[in-house]
Amino acid sequence: MTEHSPLTDDLFDVAVIGAGVVGCALTRAFAMAGARAILLEKAHDILDGASKANSAILHTGFDAPVGSLEAACVAAGHAEYLDIHDRLGLPVMKTGALVIAWTEDEEAALPALMEQARQNGVNDVHFLDRTALREAEPGLGPAARAAFRVPREYLIDPWAAPLAYLTQAMLHGATLRRNCPVTEGAFDGAIWRLTTPQGTVRTKAVINAAGLFGDRVDQMLLGRSNFTIRPRKGQFVVYDKPAFDLATHILLPVPSKTTKGIVVCRTIWGNLLVGPTAEEQEDRETAVLVPATLDALRKRGEEILPALAQHDITALYAGLRPATEEKEYRLTRHPENMVTVGGIRSTGLSAALGIAHHVLDGWPQGFDQGDGQGTGWTAPAAVWPKVPNISEAGPRDWQSPGHGGILCHCEMVTEREVAAALTGPLAARSLAGLKRRTRVTMGRCQGYHCAARLGQVTDGVLSQPMVPEDG
Amino acid sequence: MVYSASRWCPKMADLPQNAAVVIVGSGPAGLAAATLLAEAGVGSVIVLDRAATPGGVPRHCAHSPYGLREFRRLMTGPAYARALVARAKAAGVTIHTGVNVTQLLPGPEVAVTSDAGPSRIAARLVMLATGARESTRAQRMIGGTKPAGVLSTGALQALIHEDGLIPFRRPVILGTELVSFSAILTCRLAGIRPIAMIEETGRTTARKPSGLLPFALGIPLLTGTSVAEVEGRDRVTGIRLAGAHADRLGADGLIVTGRFRPEAALLPQSHLVRDPGTGGPEVDQFGRCSDPCYFASGNLLRPVETAGWCWAEGRSVGKAMLRALKGTLAPDLGLRIRSSGVSALVPQRIAPGTAPPLDRLQIRVAVPSRGRLSLQVDGSEVAGRDLRALPERRIVLPLPRPGALQIDVSLAQDQQEGP
Repeated sequence: MTEHSPLTDDLFDVAVIGAGVVGCALTRAFAMAGARAILLEKAHDILDGASKANSAILHTGFDAPVGSLEAACVAAGHAEYLDIHDRLGLPVMKTGALVIAWTEDEEAALPALMEQARQNGVNDVHFLDRTALREAEPGLGPAARAAFRVPREYLIDPWAAPLAYLTQAMLHGATLRRNCPVTEGAFDGAIWRLTTPQGTVRTKAVINAAGLFGDRVDQMLLGRSNFTIRPRKGQFVVYDKPAFDLATHILLPVPSKTTKGIVVCRTIWGNLLVGPTAEEQEDRETAVLVPATLDALRKRGEEILPALAQHDITALYAGLRPATEEKEYRLTRHPENMVTVGGIRSTGLSAALGIAHHVLDGWPQGFDQGDGQGTGWTAPAAVWPKVPNISEAGPRDWQSPGHGGILCHCEMVTEREVAAALTGPLAARSLAGLKRRTRVTMGRCQGYHCAARLGQVTDGVLSQPMVPEDG
Repeated sequence: MVYSASRWCPKMADLPQNAAVVIVGSGPAGLAAATLLAEAGVGSVIVLDRAATPGGVPRHCAHSPYGLREFRRLMTGPAYARALVARAKAAGVTIHTGVNVTQLLPGPEVAVTSDAGPSRIAARLVMLATGARESTRAQRMIGGTKPAGVLSTGALQALIHEDGLIPFRRPVILGTELVSFSAILTCRLAGIRPIAMIEETGRTTARKPSGLLPFALGIPLLTGTSVAEVEGRDRVTGIRLAGAHADRLGADGLIVTGRFRPEAALLPQSHLVRDPGTGGPEVDQFGRCSDPCYFASGNLLRPVETAGWCWAEGRSVGKAMLRALKGTLAPDLGLRIRSSGVSALVPQRIAPGTAPPLDRLQIRVAVPSRGRLSLQVDGSEVAGRDLRALPERRIVLPLPRPGALQIDVSLAQDQQEGP
């Protein structure tokens, strides 16, 4: 069945709603366990909601509430990512993090935070006094007093990871439907019927991974929801590649009750990032860039790393995290054969693989493959697709022959990379999707040099075209 | 699928390992230098360009005036670019397109990648003529959403000229530099009707007669106004303004024009000194970089001048390269000029020698300024004048003679005018 054919009478074991990083990881886990899984995404492409903007850190969970589901899922997700990243061709940049105290109060809070880290199983944290801190990061502003190092906080590619999870899921038989919002659903005690513009999906179970719309999907399908999404906006400033050298560690502040605070870190693509803010808002779809806030972010960045003042900005972006009225994840198993994975605020990228296994492990029934001969059936051996590396952590396509020339000169994206991202079962459907797969136009010129060529190669192949159809 | 390596890239088997001169960039400056050097018979002169077609920025500017200085007739940008390419080829220059320079190395040597993969080209001299690009909305800290339909003039012109794609019908144009009026002309030719032109300062940056164009075409020019916010999720649905005209315009696009910056991404990771003022390479009046085997010319030196200026500059620096190849240019890199109150200065160094290709001090200010601009050599003023200056506009002073112990350029502000 292709993505364009009408939905048939197939009965799925599980339908996952929402192709963010959590939905992709869930689909992977279920497909690899032998379930017939379908992933339903309302947008033109995957990763179009909360997962499109984050700080791209693979967290250890050192600062999560001790004993929480979040702490467990982040730890498990971190471990599994390290276990599988090589086989999927996913990069990791092993930078480590410093939690830096900038005031006396913050310095006083460090020992308790280190103790919390140890209770979360992150035993390799160690303290750095002012001298050791300067030695570790000579570029830090003069107000930095002390820190502790969290060696296993790493940087990853936040879009390649879910893309790889879903690619693997599809190789294990999972179905993806984009432009496919669920508009209605009914459970008859055994089977769910989900109404979508592409037809009715019949499934034994439903997982709600709808992120910023998690509570709405619960309301729609169950008539109830035990949480309310309170979108929390994060704005970011991305600096040009020369700024990459200004700091080696991920520079974290002492976290507050509500947020991890403003981070300065490298990106896996060779830039330097400052952000995010934490701003509550009502709107679930639109994250507006606010120049005054971005200016403040920039100033904060320059307090942390004074040399940033001499560096150019490459990009600004903003995203929304699906926060709720509580800090903890909102994971509920409903009697109607449905699981809600809600309120995955800001640790979704790190925790996704852990969340997926948590949900799978608690699954009440196994998966027989259609013919009802469930007993004795085992899932086929795992297939490991390699996703293309577009990070600076590994060799790039432009370094090998036959790449067809460079299309995006700032990010050194080749014609061959773009062509690959526009073909196959998980081909990009929107310009944003193509950017996330290749980084095209995301560099310092923001399309000045490559917009025309990009217009040519995407003309007629995106469901959300680069220029209006009537143009 | 349009992907086709053969269509997009030349066969790379013909990319040499050696050349007398390698020129990076096939715009007016690079082609002018290449043509001059090839005509002088220095040996193999090769021009590398990462684009699919040579000619630089003019190849997308489908309007006049181009070519008066070089060809003594009025041409459109694409015709002008083709004429420059034809003249260079006739002189014996080899132009390789689809080749990205990835590193500048001592030697001189350039590392490149093309469809054939990475390779290196060694030369006697290298010229950098990579031009400039406009500032982005991110660099200008424009707020709001990030829908499709926010473009620079360069991207707009390339989309229309190369693809025939019309990204919007009723855009707002931000900026009033020369290029902003080029954006208007491009729009008119494509049937796009800009609904307003926005200028943050109190007056148009470009000089007359360009400044009169919006009036002639009935496009409101809103000065003292800035773009506060872009609206729209997938497409631009509106532009919110701040300042003198704090209004919302029902536009479907935004053209972010001007505030050019040098296309100098190769410099930070190279051994060459980058001038913090211009963002381009530090050069002396012969266009020589801190490694005298590297020269530079055109808008890489200093955003931004016209194609004709860049052509003349490329040609002049080409002459200096000819002297360097003959060994008649002293290797002494000279004295760095000190500056205050100005944002950029070209050249930044004065070396011994006569007949310099950069025969004036080119100066820029960062903010609208009024005051005394003064050139002092060894403590006494040799040139100076009272001026009112706007950012992006050309300011020149005579070039100080070599041999001084100290050279200062200063702009003493009477007052700093508001935006």
